[in-house]
Parts: sequence; C-alpha cells; structure tokens
Amino acid sequence: MNHDSYPDSYIRGILNTVKTVAMVGFSPKENRPSYFAFKYLLERGYRVIPVNPGQAGKEVLGQKIYAKLSDIPDPIDMVDVFRGSEHVLPIVQEALTLQPKPQVIWMQLTVRNDEAARLAEEAGMKVVMNRCPKIEYGRLSTEISWIGVNSRTLSSKRAQMYGKGVQRMSLGPKEETKDKN
Amino acid sequence: MADADRIPGFATLSIHAGAKPDPTTGARATPIYQTTSFVFDDVEHAASLFGLQAFGNIYTRIGNPTCAVLEERVAALEGGTAGLAVASGHAAQVIVMHALMMPGDEFVASKKLYGGSINQFNHSYKNFGWNVVWADPDDISTFEKAITPKTKCIFIESIANPGGIVTDIEAIGNIARKAGVPLIVDNTLATPYLCKPIDYGADVVVHSLTKFLGGHGNSIGGLIVDAGSFNWSRDKKYPMLCEPRPEYSGMVLHETFGNFAFAIACRVLGLRDLGPALSPFNAFLILTGIETLPLRMQRHCDNALAVAEWLSKRPEIAWVSYPGLPGNKYNTLAAKYAPKGAGAVFTFGLKGGYDAGVKLVSNVKLFSHLANIGDTRSLIIHPASTTHKQLSDAQKVQAGAGPDVVRLSIGLEDKEDIIADLEEALTA
Ligand SMILES: Cc1ncc(COP(=O)(O)O)c(C=O)c1O
Repeated sequence: MNHDSYPDSYIRGILNTVKTVAMVGFSPKENRPSYFAFKYLLERGYRVIPVNPGQAGKEVLGQKIYAKLSDIPDPIDMVDVFRGSEHVLPIVQEALTLQPKPQVIWMQLTVRNDEAARLAEEAGMKVVMNRCPKIEYGRLSTEISWIGVNSRTLSSKRAQMYGKGVQRMSLGPKEETKDKN
Repeated sequence: MADADRIPGFATLSIHAGAKPDPTTGARATPIYQTTSFVFDDVEHAASLFGLQAFGNIYTRIGNPTCAVLEERVAALEGGTAGLAVASGHAAQVIVMHALMMPGDEFVASKKLYGGSINQFNHSYKNFGWNVVWADPDDISTFEKAITPKTKCIFIESIANPGGIVTDIEAIGNIARKAGVPLIVDNTLATPYLCKPIDYGADVVVHSLTKFLGGHGNSIGGLIVDAGSFNWSRDKKYPMLCEPRPEYSGMVLHETFGNFAFAIACRVLGLRDLGPALSPFNAFLILTGIETLPLRMQRHCDNALAVAEWLSKRPEIAWVSYPGLPGNKYNTLAAKYAPKGAGAVFTFGLKGGYDAGVKLVSNVKLFSHLANIGDTRSLIIHPASTTHKQLSDAQKVQAGAGPDVVRLSIGLEDKEDIIADLEEALTA
C-alpha cells in the first residue's frame, strides 16, 4: 500500500467492514481530537472501546475504558492509534498477539510509523496512516461537504441518510459514489 | 474499478464538484436554501454541532448548504482541501488576515494590486494594528527584504488588476517558504481555469467571485481556499490555529482539523464573529456561472487577445499592456502561469491623454462604462476621471491610472462587434 495517498475505495472498504474499534491513546477530555472521533464513530454505529491506562475502569458515554489492548475481552476489528508516531510499534506488536487478530491498524492525523506499518501488513493487516476515521467517514458520506471541505468525490446519486435525523449521512452502498482517487 | 481512481477534468469539476443531488428531495440542481437556520436532529446533535464535533448546519452566518456547494466547487477547481464562501472578495481578505494577524503584526504585499485592496491594506487595517509592507513584483528581492520577525504572510495577485501584470508566484512562494509564512494569492483575474496558484506554492487562495467565477455581473461574493499545505503548528506564530481556543472550550483547530484547519478557523473564528456571510441566492447564481467557467474564460481570453492586437496597431493608441501580446514585459510569465490565455482585463494608453479617455468612455455604445470587471458584457473605465479621481497626477501615474489610461474587461460578445464599437468611439 502506498501510504502517501490511499484510494477512496480502500478507506471506504475499511469503514464499511469494521464494527469494533479499539481507540488507543483515547482522552476523556471533551476538547481533544480523540474524544471527537470517539463520539462521532459511536454515533455512526461503531462499537468504540477506549484504551488508556490512566483511566482504566472508568466509563465514557457508556463505554468502559481499558488499560491495554490485551485487556479487552471481545474481538477487535480495528485499532485506532492516537499516540505519537514513536509509540506505535509496541501497540502493533501487542495487536499482533490478539486472538482473533484485528484486520486494520489505523494511525491518526500526523501519526506515521512505516516500520510498524510493514510489520502489520506482513501479518496480513490493512494499514492507514496520518488520517482521521471521523474525517474520512464525513468525507465519504458527503457530510463533510456541509463545512466546505473538498470531499474529492463526485456523484449523480443522492447521499443516504444515517438513522432518523436529516443531518447525519451514511457511507451508503459501495457503488454510490464515484471516487476520484 | 479502473474508473475509481480517475481524477475528473476541469470542466467536469466545474459542473459537478460539491453538487450531488439534494439528499432530502433528490433535486438535481443545487437548491437555494433560503433560510436563516436549520433544525437539529435532537439535543445531543445540537450540542455536537455547536462543539464542532459533528459536521452539519446551524445558522446561515456560519454555513449554508447552497454556499457549501460553492465552497467545495471552488476548492476542487483550485486543488485545495476546503473553501469558505463570504459576502465579497474584500471580506475574504479580511477574514484571512484576521486568522493570521495580531495587532502589531506585519504582512508583505505586492504593490501591484487591485486599488480597493491597496486601500484596505493601507487604511482599514490600521484600525486593527495590521501593518502592510509593500514590495515590488518586478523586483522579487524586495519581497525578501521586506520580511521581518513580525511578518505573518505574503499577499499577491496572480494576474494583477488593472494593468495586465503577471506575478512570479513560484519565486515569491519560495521566499514565503524560506520565511516560514504562508503565501496568499488573489486569483480573481486568472480564475483556476487559467492558473492554479496552489501548484506554484500558494497556501491560501482568495477570490472575488463577483468577477469571472460568477461571470455574469449579477452577484457580489468572495471565497477563501485552504491549500492544506501550511504547517500552522511549526512555531507559535499562529495562535488562532495552534493554541487552545477559548471560543471552543480549549480546542486546538490545527490538531483537530488537520489539513483543512485554516478554512475552519476562517469559518468558526472569522466568519462566525465578524459576520460577512454570503447570501444563498448569490451562491446559487455564482454556482450557475461556474458551470460554464472553462467555456467562458477561454472565450474571454480569445476575445481579449484579438482586441489587444487590434488596439496595438491603432494610431490613437500609445501603448497596450496585455501580457498575452508578444513583446509584452510579462509575456514570459504569462506563458508559464497562464498558458491558455492572459485573462481579459488590461489597460492601454491614449495619445490624446485625459480628454481622449473621457471622450472614449462617453462614445462607446456596446461597452458599459462602469467600475467592475469579469462580466459577460464588455466593460470600460477611465480610472483618472472615476476610481482614481481623488489622487494627484503623480499618484495616478504611480497607481497605473495616469490621465491617458483606459481599462477594459473584454466580454463574450462577437469580437468583431467589440472592435467595431471601439473603432467607432475612437474615431467619432
Ligand atoms: C483582484 C480583485 N481582488 C478583490 C476584489 C474585491 O472584490 P469584491 O468587490 O467582491 O469585494 C476585486 C474587485 O474589483 C478585484 O478585482
């Protein structure tokens, strides 16, 4: 995988497949990016499990916080890393010991560790670096267009609502959007 | 699948970028959301929107779905990460500077700019304590010399109004990069059809949509495009972007919004608080204009070149300043930055001076005598007797508005008719 530019189909495929996300480096502070992403992904129907050793045992928005990945009793589809690039390698190494193994390692905006990425990819995992799943979901669902962001997608099909309201959009069926890159 | 990675061309983006069918009604043309406000899905959703934790619509001063299509459209055409539509080109400039500057800060600006921008920078900005330092695009080293530790950005026009001046964007972009400040480019006269400043190092592009993008002389509007290229957190120079914001309970915009944080800062700190929002109706008219931008712009340029060539052979004319003409001082830069055409706004000098200028604008029948550019109609103005009347003769010459100078904005009429009108008016 070229980690400088991902095809939309790759990102869409990941967001359409994973259901349970472990968020390592989660902060319970409401103004932190990890909290934003956590809340947003929960609202879009993902199960998001916060991981932070300093907060273990507490609950945020009904989700129990765990100290480390291996403490989580349920299978995880994706590990979302909100830690500095230098801290990613041991997190991936720990993810590799999980049974079953997660399918995706996702590193947040500004986070990139090519060695950790190679290790994960060699083990058959998909890797995304320097991206935010909230932003990518918003982009591919067209929601982010409401704040003037270039979604880099064109479509003559209308975007699909998510749930009951009128302001939440879903990723919709895969062929709905013509991805530009 | 092979298609999935295709990047659409400019004409396709001009029509489609940002404009998917309306999600609620399926309307194919972009609806005019002529409403001040939007109901929330529920209380939790409202809180998320106000906290910038969800993407959505609250109140038209902050964002509107019609304006949002325009924002995405222009961002896509410029190759940027995000856009922000505002009430006018001048409002776009103020909002950009507001996100970058603190009282006592400086910015370096090309002295070859639209006269209204020169006024805004020299006078209005004084009240905010934002200090402009002028540099000369004909001598790039003056930009480097003008940089000080207080410099927060460099501001230029790609093709400058009124005199058909082409600015060396890449060279000035390199100076900005070395100085660690963003390059802001006003791309109004070129439009992204002729030139994409982001390809040459612009970090932010601003537009007066009033001109060629809207293109029909019916709506005032402005737009800011974030290139997504600048690192706002490298030092502590840009507190609006890199420090916790008290307006949003300590959120840091750059770390939260990444490569479109500048557009968000302009929206949620600038537009929200200063207030120059674009009307959705204007956004609709401008969007309709943009759908034909590539067709119109090429015709504007082809007509302008024909008129400039014709004028340069006339006995009444002393000089023609159109960069598309061979031998023009900016011809090489025009070939590099605007190879499809050098725009449609230029000046020329009348041998008969002030009186000949007054006579010409009085005699034309197809050209409209007014203070705008970038209309389907051909436009003419004699700056010395109108926009620059209050200046001394020396100041007029300095501003490129000497007594003999006439500015044209060439429209989309048949070029034979445009030329015939000038010929009749010159010889009347
Ligand atoms: C190059 C340029 N920039 C900015 C502006 C200001 O735009 P507006 O009139 O939309 O405020 C103009 C208007 O003439 C212009 O020509």
